[in-house]
Amino acid sequence: MRRIYLDYAATTPTHPLVLKAMLPWFTDGFGNPSSIHSFGQEANGAIEEAREKVAQLIGAKGNEIVFTGSGTEADNFAIKGVAYAKEHEGKHIITTAIEHHAVIETCKFLEKRGFNVTYLSVDRDGLVDLGEVKKAITDETILISVMHANNEIGTIEPIQEIARITKDREICFHTDAVQTVGHLPVDVDELKVDLVSISAHKFCGPKGVGALYIRKGTKIVPFMHGGEQEHGRRASTQNVPGIVGFGKACQLAQQEMGQEKERLETLRDKLIKGILNRIDHVHLNGHPTQRLPNNVNISLEFVEGESILLNLDLMGIAASTGSACSSSVLEASHVLLALGLPHESAHSSLRLSLGQETTEKDVDYVLEKLPQIVNKLRTMSPLYKPGKK
Amino acid sequence: MKRTKDLRSLYSEKVMEHFQNPRNVGEMESPDGIGHVGNPVCGDIMELYIKVRDDIIIDAKFKTFGCGAAIATSSMVTEMVKGKTIEQALKISNKAVAEALDGLPPIKMHCSALAEEALKLAIEDYLAKSKRKEE
Repeated sequence: MRRIYLDYAATTPTHPLVLKAMLPWFTDGFGNPSSIHSFGQEANGAIEEAREKVAQLIGAKGNEIVFTGSGTEADNFAIKGVAYAKEHEGKHIITTAIEHHAVIETCKFLEKRGFNVTYLSVDRDGLVDLGEVKKAITDETILISVMHANNEIGTIEPIQEIARITKDREICFHTDAVQTVGHLPVDVDELKVDLVSISAHKFCGPKGVGALYIRKGTKIVPFMHGGEQEHGRRASTQNVPGIVGFGKACQLAQQEMGQEKERLETLRDKLIKGILNRIDHVHLNGHPTQRLPNNVNISLEFVEGESILLNLDLMGIAASTGSACSSSVLEASHVLLALGLPHESAHSSLRLSLGQETTEKDVDYVLEKLPQIVNKLRTMSPLYKPGKK
Repeated sequence: MKRTKDLRSLYSEKVMEHFQNPRNVGEMESPDGIGHVGNPVCGDIMELYIKVRDDIIIDAKFKTFGCGAAIATSSMVTEMVKGKTIEQALKISNKAVAEALDGLPPIKMHCSALAEEALKLAIEDYLAKSKRKEE
């Protein structure tokens, strides 16, 4: 059976050239990068080379990049690291209601430890309101964390504009750019951010490796204590093959980004238009234009997300949903609810995220199959009353 | 690479079979009892209709908004009640529905509870209506 992967926002396949770059560092290049001997120094050299590649992709300096085990770790590091470093200056943190769990749960943890957190609401398209940011800032505010683009609905936030608000104050600004780095141009000086979370496996790098960009001069406490790795900011022997692969993925992304972005945007728009034309009672979630090149998120009214996913999977199509039934918690996606969607619509959501192997044929296949699935499920749905609006 | 066949690691073959080919889908014209359960917050809504003659459920139909397990349990429970007396039907537990489907993942057991509840409500509705008729 034909298999079409449309869940690139969850993870991507490792690029063959990335894998090729990694392999020698499992075997010949096995040395511990902290060792003095040539085995160690070779591994250390490979890490530093990768660090430069990551830095280059986001317009940073090598010594501002700390390798982590994941994007989630980078978020934890940024938020807890700044909170603990600056708690004597204030205990207020501002973030949004649509952040990734890695940010929201970290903030909730800090709330239990005496910090105050403001979760900014967003508009129907998922955009943060600049006026709300200004209003939320107090003398106690030490950190603002707003994601660059949302992983579920694809909305790209006005990071530069928010940074302008924080610039004159002693407030640290973090952005979770896990969904954008490698896909869209990200420049830390243009965005004027202090901290950026990155994950390798979202753009054809390996899993188990990420990075936190830390602007020189940013007050932050180490994430892990132990050895002096990563300038003492993140103890533990580095994942050399993973880091090398991460560097390679950054290099490839830099070369291919422009063309790939345009190609994906065309496919994305064809898919959105096609679905809206072929199926009634459907709406797009997220911003219509200010969105990730590869993100399609729609609510297919009167049918539940997991049952759509199962049917798609039976036809070889892999996608994702914000419905609770797909997870162990019985609440629909906090992101979709934050947009003001009624629960039924949140449970009816379907995310299709495109990637480097997605072709126009794949899009046509989805456009052929999805209406059939929705029709079938609607005939079963007590919410669907044909003829009624 | 070894691939697990489709979704069987999530649902049993029987669940998937009922999900793909659900029995007794649709509304019923002048049903003798209707059971309506669930709410939009948790994402499962079930409507179950029964037709009763001489204390025996001769037909059952359903409409469900929900996940694979919710659709499969609706299908299964409508199959199980057909031909049963009201007394027998009231004894159908959510465990029995899940077992008839060769089991459900633990986080999906609430779906079978919903099916049981829908059936109970449909029977209650029938009993209330027939009582009113007698009066």
